[in-house]
Amino acid sequence: MNISYKTQKYIILFGFLTIPVALLCAFSLYPAAALFYFSLTDWDGLGYDQTWIGFANYKEILMRPEIFGAFKNNLYYFGGGVLQTAIALYFAIVLNGRLRGKYVFRVLLFLPYVLHSVATVIMFKNLYHAEYGSLNVFLGAIGLESWQQLWLGNPHLVNFSLAFISMWKYFGLSMVIFLGALQSIPKDLYEASTIDGASSWQSFRFITLPSLRRVIELMLILTLTGALEAFDIPFIMMLGANGTSTFVIQTVDMAFKFENFGLASAMAVVLLFIVLFFIFIQRKVLFRGDH
Amino acid sequence: MVKTPGYVQAFKYFTLLVAVIIVFFPIYSVFVGAFKTKVEFYQSGLSLPHDFFNFENFQRVFKVGKLGLGFQNIFVILAVSLTGNVIIGTMVAYALGRFDFALKKPIMALYLIAQVIPLVTTQVATFSVIKALGVYNTIKAPMLLYLGADVLQIVIYLQFVASIPKDLDENAMVEGASLFKIYRSIIFPLLAPATATLIILKTISIYNDFYTPYLYMPSQKLKVVSTAIYSFVGPNAAQLNVISAGILIIFIPTVLIFLFLQRYIFAGVTNGAVK
Repeated sequence: MNISYKTQKYIILFGFLTIPVALLCAFSLYPAAALFYFSLTDWDGLGYDQTWIGFANYKEILMRPEIFGAFKNNLYYFGGGVLQTAIALYFAIVLNGRLRGKYVFRVLLFLPYVLHSVATVIMFKNLYHAEYGSLNVFLGAIGLESWQQLWLGNPHLVNFSLAFISMWKYFGLSMVIFLGALQSIPKDLYEASTIDGASSWQSFRFITLPSLRRVIELMLILTLTGALEAFDIPFIMMLGANGTSTFVIQTVDMAFKFENFGLASAMAVVLLFIVLFFIFIQRKVLFRGDH
Repeated sequence: MVKTPGYVQAFKYFTLLVAVIIVFFPIYSVFVGAFKTKVEFYQSGLSLPHDFFNFENFQRVFKVGKLGLGFQNIFVILAVSLTGNVIIGTMVAYALGRFDFALKKPIMALYLIAQVIPLVTTQVATFSVIKALGVYNTIKAPMLLYLGADVLQIVIYLQFVASIPKDLDENAMVEGASLFKIYRSIIFPLLAPATATLIILKTISIYNDFYTPYLYMPSQKLKVVSTAIYSFVGPNAAQLNVISAGILIIFIPTVLIFLFLQRYIFAGVTNGAVK
């Protein structure tokens, strides 16, 4: 090889980075920028006749209460996510201690996370089936007929039923993340506190919780952004019907069903800003008191 | 350590048992349902099927739902996009991890910016890119979308690159190896452990992805597993016992991957999240 290392370096840099950076721009950065542009136009997504209409789309979002109203349904997923985080923390602590079969339990409880997402939702659709669903069949079999419900038909219940699926699927993931964080807490902290006569509640309160603070905050932010972006479960299960439509379902419908890409883009921009706002808050909170 | 009182231990086991039952109840009902005939399904509730060798539902689901086609397509997509993804990820990590140059920080920043943009919000615009490239409704659309490396992957690779001693590179240079050869015969092989974990996690997430194939390849011939099972929702849905068989088949590949490789998956999940 006769080419100098300096030349080679530039060949490598050019050859190794051009395609990756081009992909990054084409599928992440450009779409984000284009979204802003589309949001200011009146575009049906098909041709090239994008008429500039300024902030009219944003005004329309503010004027139509049903668009923002969809966020109400996102709240169920947030509530479920908070509950899921708490349950996951409990099981992470249990499975981090001395317990027979803890590795088996970890595997069993993590399993739902790797199961296929669409198949999982359809599995729950079967489970919640009013007549033949195994949940009602089970309740009937143990003599709790009065507890049987129209899990998906009852508008007061349906969003809880859907949010439960998300808890069922993701709680194992939260648990494993907590386990990773718990294992990074030095053991001698606990030993020292035991010697000082601390009860196990005290060591939880003064050692475990503070060490996990960051991870807990991170999980809550992930829960929040995940809840804002809730899409798969209500879409696959109900196509957003029966009062289960979330903000993203409305955005997708607006774009692909009503072919109003302009308004859909404006909705996506609004969501983007809400999510970025919470990420910004998270940064502020997470790095609070550091250096 | 202080000995935990017996009732506390009992409570822990009790809650674990409840959790395991809640996790497995839906899976159990799908499992038994998949082997039942139609009449049996609607009459026998949650009891075990008569005949565990009743594979009729499985045959029907392949015919009705075109699951075979779904598996074939997702396999091709996975093979192409993961190969490209690993090559791209390791190349970027080598370039950014071993050399100093003016654009290094800006490129890192671009990846970070891309990471905080929620993918779901930009689909409307991504859609127009895919259309403009002329790959809409072809198998190339998801391949391209999965191909690019994400920042998490690059961060993990960069950590590994940093842990490979620079002496190795320098020795190779003394022997006259080209920089490309150093990438190919030193860096790439030594990144193998990270690559293994990333491939497993990406395989699971691509296999489970519904959004991308649903939006970008609506063609009947381009069904993947996600969109194939999705055709069981709606007015033309098959019977619950047939659907159960479909769900069960779709679960099997990732469950097997998980059971055999859980150590790598757990390691990847915790490394990715906490850092």
